[in-house]
Amino acid sequence: MNKLVSLSVLFLLLILLPWFVGSYALSVATLILYFAYTGQAWNVMMGFAGQLSLGHAVYVGIGGYAAGALFYHYGVGPWAGLWLAMLLCVALGLVIGFLAFRFGISGVYFALLTIAFAEFTRIGFDHLDWLGGPGGMFLKVAQRDSIDLLNFRGPPAMYYYAILALTAGAFALCFLLLKSRAGYYWQAIRENEEAAQALGINTFRWKMLAVAISSAMTAVSGVFFAFYYNNLFPEQIFHISRSIEIILGPIIGGIGTLFGPILGAVVLTLLSDGITEGLAAMGWEIPGIKQVFYGVVLLAVIMFLPNGIWPFISKKLRL
Amino acid sequence: MSFDLVANVVIAGVLTGLVYGLMALGLSVIFGVVRVVNFAHGEMMTIAMYATTVLFAALKLDPFVCILPVAAAFFVFGYAMQAGLVNPFITRPEHSQFMLLVAVAIIMVNSLLMIFGPDARNVQVDYQLESFEVGRILIDKARLYSAGAAVVAALGLFAFFKYSLTGKAIRACADNYMGARVVGLHVKKLYALTFGLGSICVAVAGCAMVLLVDVTPALGPYYTLLAFVIVIVGGLGSMGGALLGGVLIGVSEALAGLFIAPSAKSMFSFGLLILVLLFRPQGLLGKKS
Repeated sequence: MNKLVSLSVLFLLLILLPWFVGSYALSVATLILYFAYTGQAWNVMMGFAGQLSLGHAVYVGIGGYAAGALFYHYGVGPWAGLWLAMLLCVALGLVIGFLAFRFGISGVYFALLTIAFAEFTRIGFDHLDWLGGPGGMFLKVAQRDSIDLLNFRGPPAMYYYAILALTAGAFALCFLLLKSRAGYYWQAIRENEEAAQALGINTFRWKMLAVAISSAMTAVSGVFFAFYYNNLFPEQIFHISRSIEIILGPIIGGIGTLFGPILGAVVLTLLSDGITEGLAAMGWEIPGIKQVFYGVVLLAVIMFLPNGIWPFISKKLRL
Repeated sequence: MSFDLVANVVIAGVLTGLVYGLMALGLSVIFGVVRVVNFAHGEMMTIAMYATTVLFAALKLDPFVCILPVAAAFFVFGYAMQAGLVNPFITRPEHSQFMLLVAVAIIMVNSLLMIFGPDARNVQVDYQLESFEVGRILIDKARLYSAGAAVVAALGLFAFFKYSLTGKAIRACADNYMGARVVGLHVKKLYALTFGLGSICVAVAGCAMVLLVDVTPALGPYYTLLAFVIVIVGGLGSMGGALLGGVLIGVSEALAGLFIAPSAKSMFSFGLLILVLLFRPQGLLGKKS
């Protein structure tokens, strides 16, 4: 009961946030929630079902480009684009999953296969002139003062609420998934696939389900990305560093936990911003120095808190 | 498109591919023994390339002379990295190892960016502009020498693993971790030695590669991916496979650059990677596990 109360209070505070903070803090909060949501989506596949995907940027990119292209070329708003994005991403995820799981590819090899698909797609999009090629695709910039929900155009607070709703929805979905038959089967597969198979679990089917849910969720974050930033470049959206960015949050926060992706997104985004501010205050603005600090902190966390921050905190707080 | 042009491009691709192969050999040896995928491999390669440009600029050392000091430094560095950072992680899950090496890679790329800035650097020696003429075919001298250095280093490593007692001990660790410990091998020390040897491959490849391309910090992640592609195609853990994979990728990149577009060249590498993963996941020369 206590947990439910504190969760509700937290959610209420987040709803009220736009009234108390400026536009910069709101953009940081939006970014945090974006990473929390996307990390949660990745966590379904890796944290729950144990399938390490290092190419999740491919779903963000395909999702973003699908909805973006419909809007850019035909003026069709994201509510239709969303379905196309999810359809394409689930199809791609199932193709990758089918090929990998049917041919018995797992572990490092599966991870490298997902990288290969993402990189292949990145270079392919670089040569697709219909979608802007390397020069990028630009959506018509939003009217900042009026809200046009049909086309998902509006002030920053609208995007904040949209991603807040997505994050809360993903949290609830993952909570339910973990308590469902699928959740228990996934965890069995994650811990020991052979044993799970011996118990009669059709591991292929349940792994495919994890990939489908994860890719559909990630497609939505791609649509959000496209309409929030209004520009898409293959070099940026499909790049392996984007895939790494997506998975850092859940790994730092605590893989396979519900709060891990959220906590990880908060920690990493604030850390990254804090380092930028701190270095600017000190006058050390050398390119690269921020990422060096960032890398050192990552190294420290992964060395000293191997299971992530959330398991450590929840143990200390006896949750 | 004349036959001569294609032949020239293929030969250049084979020679560059041998240097790629040596780089990938380092990754393959480390994975084959330590069972950790070095996600900072390409970043180490760029460090070696920068080290060569610095030695060249400061002391006018020829890149092939630079191989000795750079390789020695890389051996020590690789040994220390395995002993200090990676050894505590060998029993941890894969995503944990991955994160560790990604963090190391981030630090490496951005340290290079801090020190050298984003602009490309290179070395300039006389023989870069010269070439051998064999009939109507031209072979760049620098490319031939680089490939030669790569082959010599690879043969040295093969011989070490085949004939030396330490090399045999390392192979024993790779074959049977438990058995190696039972017969009294100091496995963690041998792991560190292996990482050091893999780093030497990277160092030699880096010194040779700097004659062929300009180096920027952004090249690191590209080489990491390239090394993955090569070892998967050739067979992760197979030494001959790494060289074969390097040559295949070198040639396919060169041909794709000639016939399609230079920017599309790595699409073929990744396409090849996907096909190999699906139909021969152990790689062309890998053993079935």
